Amino acid sequence: MTVLLLIPLLLPFVTPLLARRALDRLAPVTALWTLTAAALVLAGACVAALGCLVLTGLLKVPAFAALGELVHPLRTPSDYAVLPAAAIATGLLTIGAWNLGRSALRQTRAFRTAHAEADRRPSAGDLCVIDAPHPDAYALPGRPHRIVVTTAMLRSLGPDERDALFAHERAHNRGGHHYFLAAAELAAHCHPALRAARAVIRLAAERAADEAAAAAVGDRRLLARAIARAALAGQAASSTRPDFAPAATAGPVPQRVAALLTIPAGHTRWWVCRAALLLAACATLSATAVATGAVTFHHEVEIAQGEEPR
Amino acid sequence: MSNANADRRPAGELEAAVMAALWAVEVPLTPGRVQTEIASGLARTTVSTILSRLYDKGIVGRRPQGRGYAYYPVQDAAGLTARRMHTELDRDRNSDRETVLARFVAQLKRDDEQLLRHLLEADER
Repeated sequence: MTVLLLIPLLLPFVTPLLARRALDRLAPVTALWTLTAAALVLAGACVAALGCLVLTGLLKVPAFAALGELVHPLRTPSDYAVLPAAAIATGLLTIGAWNLGRSALRQTRAFRTAHAEADRRPSAGDLCVIDAPHPDAYALPGRPHRIVVTTAMLRSLGPDERDALFAHERAHNRGGHHYFLAAAELAAHCHPALRAARAVIRLAAERAADEAAAAAVGDRRLLARAIARAALAGQAASSTRPDFAPAATAGPVPQRVAALLTIPAGHTRWWVCRAALLLAACATLSATAVATGAVTFHHEVEIAQGEEPR
Repeated sequence: MSNANADRRPAGELEAAVMAALWAVEVPLTPGRVQTEIASGLARTTVSTILSRLYDKGIVGRRPQGRGYAYYPVQDAAGLTARRMHTELDRDRNSDRETVLARFVAQLKRDDEQLLRHLLEADER
């Protein structure tokens, strides 16, 4: 049983590589759905496995065993393995829950402030302009959906590039991308390896919005130019250069620009994309392992409760 | 985009385009100038209609110029609070904020700038 419960904890480590591959092969929207679904299943399996380990450990403690109406001791491989595993699992769950709670709180607050302020302003269509010296733009989902843009951003783009930017932000809102981003955030707090998956999901959301916007304005190169110009303007405006460690791979912005500048190759269907299939297999394996583990655990508990013969 | 195509866009999107043009250019604009500052190829009369609608809402101000009016965006008290809110949000830039608020461009990494310029140059050639 314990071995089965380790599978969901180890499988997320292979996802970063698979997620990247899948995003390269699939249409961005398909990749967004596939990656988010896989991340959620893997995260759920992870939490369930940790939960089972914690319960196993608890039922080893006489007081809790009595509370659980166990008449026989719970059969487990070895106390030396089970108790430390349960302790570690408790720690991991606590840290995860704490981080998730803090992040959710901060998110909600930022989101509320943004909405309160946008509500107070008269709107020109769905556009909310903020007079600020730093070029910035984001989609603000809600009822109604809005796009928030700073004057510095508007001034650093040409008329057609502004249209491309708006199309991109509207694509985010229309596609409900904030749900995917929130799901990715949730998953990232469940397992450290899923943080890399969160980064890929964010990139997939941007790519999906880019492609939708490119289709709307009918010009991929125009969108590429708008993105590049906005990014470079932001760079020039920031007085302190962010101290990132030099990375071997390019950041999300050049990747998006490069993808828009290349002629779109026909995207692979997900059922022929090996990375997507492997990802689906991982998620399935993870879910199956934890389900089997949980059923076995339940069975052991019933035996210990004397409800089933040994 | 052709005229017919542009006029079929939702009114909200047209208002947004006109407003963006007014904010982008820092001097008051006549409807004729606005028309050249937006990419969608709207008819001048359409632009005029949108501008007076925005004026009625109190989002833009206008002053007489020539035979008509020149329009400019109104920076109201709410705009100033919005700016404060923005600084607030800006503080956790690149942290959790990105989850619900998808920004147009993320912060560049160290080598990204060079890479971007190369990409653009290669494209222009």
